[in-house]
Amino acid sequence: MIRLKSADIEEIKQIAQKTYPHECCGVMVGSIENGVKTVTELIPAENQRTDSPANRYLITPDLLNELEKKLKGTDRAIVGFFHSHPDVPAQPSTYDQDHAWPWYSYVIVSVNRGQAGEIHNWKLRDDRSAFDAEKMELL
Amino acid sequence: MSATIFIPTPLRPFTGDQESLELEGSTVGEVLRNLAEQYGDLKKHLFDEEGKLRNFVNIYVNDEDIRYLDREETAIQDKDTISIVPSIAGGAL
Repeated sequence: MIRLKSADIEEIKQIAQKTYPHECCGVMVGSIENGVKTVTELIPAENQRTDSPANRYLITPDLLNELEKKLKGTDRAIVGFFHSHPDVPAQPSTYDQDHAWPWYSYVIVSVNRGQAGEIHNWKLRDDRSAFDAEKMELL
Repeated sequence: MSATIFIPTPLRPFTGDQESLELEGSTVGEVLRNLAEQYGDLKKHLFDEEGKLRNFVNIYVNDEDIRYLDREETAIQDKDTISIVPSIAGGAL
């Protein structure tokens, strides 16, 4: 399960609308207790897929490496990522699944004609066979 | 030769929550394959069906990306550190 503030959801939607018709992306940092992730910070990232930003996103390892170094020794960690699906439902695509990591939470927001709509959270199965909806609790 | 390999958070559930491991191998490829043999459930997250490293898996030796070294053939010296660093990718279609 992942816990986010309502303001976090609003922020993700705002970023997604601003980025439309391109995909937005970002990192969710938070704490982990008894397997429950609680988001404490959203870090918007520049979409590095400049060749196809309307239906692809990429967060480079350099950014994540730097962030991991900053978080080392603290009680916080990278707990997941968010991205938008312009004019497509907020469900993981085959491409999302092929490139996903286990354990992380993947929040997807759908943006239809510039308006952010449904938002769902997903987690890859340990055997990579599918994404499952992961419970998202609002604080 | 043996190297210390750092395991990223999403893969720690497959290594008994260990953040780092000491593993034998004379190249990066050998160390990674030893890792995948010892912790079998982790294998499909690192390698594709053809046994190649997945393209969103980035490997650094002492902070140097192996793409700029000899890739999986990069030689390992004692006390080298290997880091597995994710790229995060996806998209709507």
